[in-house]
Amino acid sequence: MSNNTISIAVSKGRIYKEALPLLAHAGITPIDDPDKCRKLILDTNDPDVKLVIIRATDVPVFVNYGAADLGITGKDTLMEYDGSELYEPLDLKISPCKLMVAGPKDQDFLNTKGRLRVATKYVNTTKRYFTDRGIQVEIIKLYGSMELAPMVSLSDCIVDLVDTGNTLKANGLEATDHVCDISSRLIVNKASMKMKHDRIKKIISQISDAVKG
Amino acid sequence: MKSQEAWLLPEGIEELLPEQAQQLEALRRDLIDQMRSWGYQLVIPPFVDYMDSLLTGMGNDLTLQTFTLTDQISGRQMGIRADMTPQIARMDAHQLKKDAPNRLCYLGTVLRTRSDDFAASRSPIQCGAELYGSSSINSDIEIIRLMLATLSKTGISDVYLDLAHVGIYRGLAKQAGLDDEREAALFEVLQRKAIPELEAMLAEWSLDANVSSMLRALVDLNGDVDVIETAKQALAGAEQSVLVALENLAGIATALQTLTPETRLFIDLAELRGYHYHNGVMFSAYLAGQGQAIAWGGRYDNIGKDFGHARPATGFSTDLKCLLEMANTVVTTPAAIFAPSGTEAGLLSAIAKCRDAGECVIVELPEQVGSASELGCDRQLVKNNDGWEVVAL
Repeated sequence: MSNNTISIAVSKGRIYKEALPLLAHAGITPIDDPDKCRKLILDTNDPDVKLVIIRATDVPVFVNYGAADLGITGKDTLMEYDGSELYEPLDLKISPCKLMVAGPKDQDFLNTKGRLRVATKYVNTTKRYFTDRGIQVEIIKLYGSMELAPMVSLSDCIVDLVDTGNTLKANGLEATDHVCDISSRLIVNKASMKMKHDRIKKIISQISDAVKG
Repeated sequence: MKSQEAWLLPEGIEELLPEQAQQLEALRRDLIDQMRSWGYQLVIPPFVDYMDSLLTGMGNDLTLQTFTLTDQISGRQMGIRADMTPQIARMDAHQLKKDAPNRLCYLGTVLRTRSDDFAASRSPIQCGAELYGSSSINSDIEIIRLMLATLSKTGISDVYLDLAHVGIYRGLAKQAGLDDEREAALFEVLQRKAIPELEAMLAEWSLDANVSSMLRALVDLNGDVDVIETAKQALAGAEQSVLVALENLAGIATALQTLTPETRLFIDLAELRGYHYHNGVMFSAYLAGQGQAIAWGGRYDNIGKDFGHARPATGFSTDLKCLLEMANTVVTTPAAIFAPSGTEAGLLSAIAKCRDAGECVIVELPEQVGSASELGCDRQLVKNNDGWEVVAL
């Protein structure tokens, strides 16, 4: 991509779908449909703006290293990522959910004797959350089906995103503690913000207007 | 380690092969010569040093980045330099100790426990210059111009220059009466320009409304040089030190517009890179296509205090290995002259004569594998009736 292109990294699925109206407000409409074509770089109606389709957890990496100028990603992903070269100026208020501590229903699992074992995908955030509360934990990193861990005694509890809470209920778990609210953010590479300032600031302000509705 | 992995280098540690090494060496000489021509004298600080000296004036930023070892003679902790700046400051403050301005430059390998840049090197070659003894903006401008000249010597033009000033945030934080914990929290949020979090934080703290709105304004005060004018209005109610800092920044920006009109200036009042050791203007150079800054620096007055001679200081540094990758300059090695082995006086003096003239002469080895051209030769020394003569291969 040329140095004049503005590239926006975004993950397929829910975030992509909910971000489209916001991007449209900034005059950016993709020409290709990521579900129908296998292209990883999508053209838009603006020849100088491209969408880069990548996994959600990779969005901050691309933006941090300047491989994409902008990115749209969940706050949950951002809190896990330790990069110093990105800005997160805008809460897009899309894909909202909560990061919660959950454990077996009606059990005082936080007062387990000995060290609390927590299964989660969000290792850094979980560690920080429990440390702030003076609880030392042992973290078991899992990539999916978190709810299973307490059921098979792999862990005492889990820290995971909760949307409706139906999966927790179906597996005999309940959410007890609220870690934080999650929604998607617009992120910007620091160097891009400086070198493509006018165009990026315009996109930010247009999307910001769309968020405010 | 399996024996077949003996070739493996540690993560972030790289070797330079002949072509790269020669390119780097050529650049190194050019840069040092150029700095010399600006009046900056080369100094060579030691590779290992006491930890206390290495960390002086650098806050905690460098502690984790420094490889440490224990000195068996003194029992003290030593470190391998992760940044040469404090060592240079020590030379100025202790050994050289004068009141006249002092201009020093340096170039050498530093070692980092973790790579923090895109190039992922843990052993960058740090190159930089420091100017001690002047708090005038002229010294900052000189250092910025020398940084741009250094980049230009490397073949890098079209640079974007980011200007910021630590005094603005520091002054506002003081005016707001923030304690250390809150100042650190606000600093962290400003670094990320996380506006939603900034607004939530300011609302929760119930600060003086005037200061609170100025802290909120800070995050949007970025853009071209006009931002300084906007800032003068937005921060009109700030305490004196903030206004002085703004004036200082305006002076530097205006001068640079005249002196280096080709450099695009960007002002960002919430940019706080190097916040923990800088105390005046801060600057970074960016290049299109590079996601991170390629050279940076700023003012760090009184860094020499712990070494016994506090005085104004400003400087810049960059990583030569990084520059080399972006430079795209090709150093062409002139082809060599091949000479037969032998001890004949005429041959030896012919070889010496060629070498004195700056040629590279490669002497044949007994039972040598490979031809002269494989060794990079395009000519050879042959004996004819008049003695030894260079002819084409």
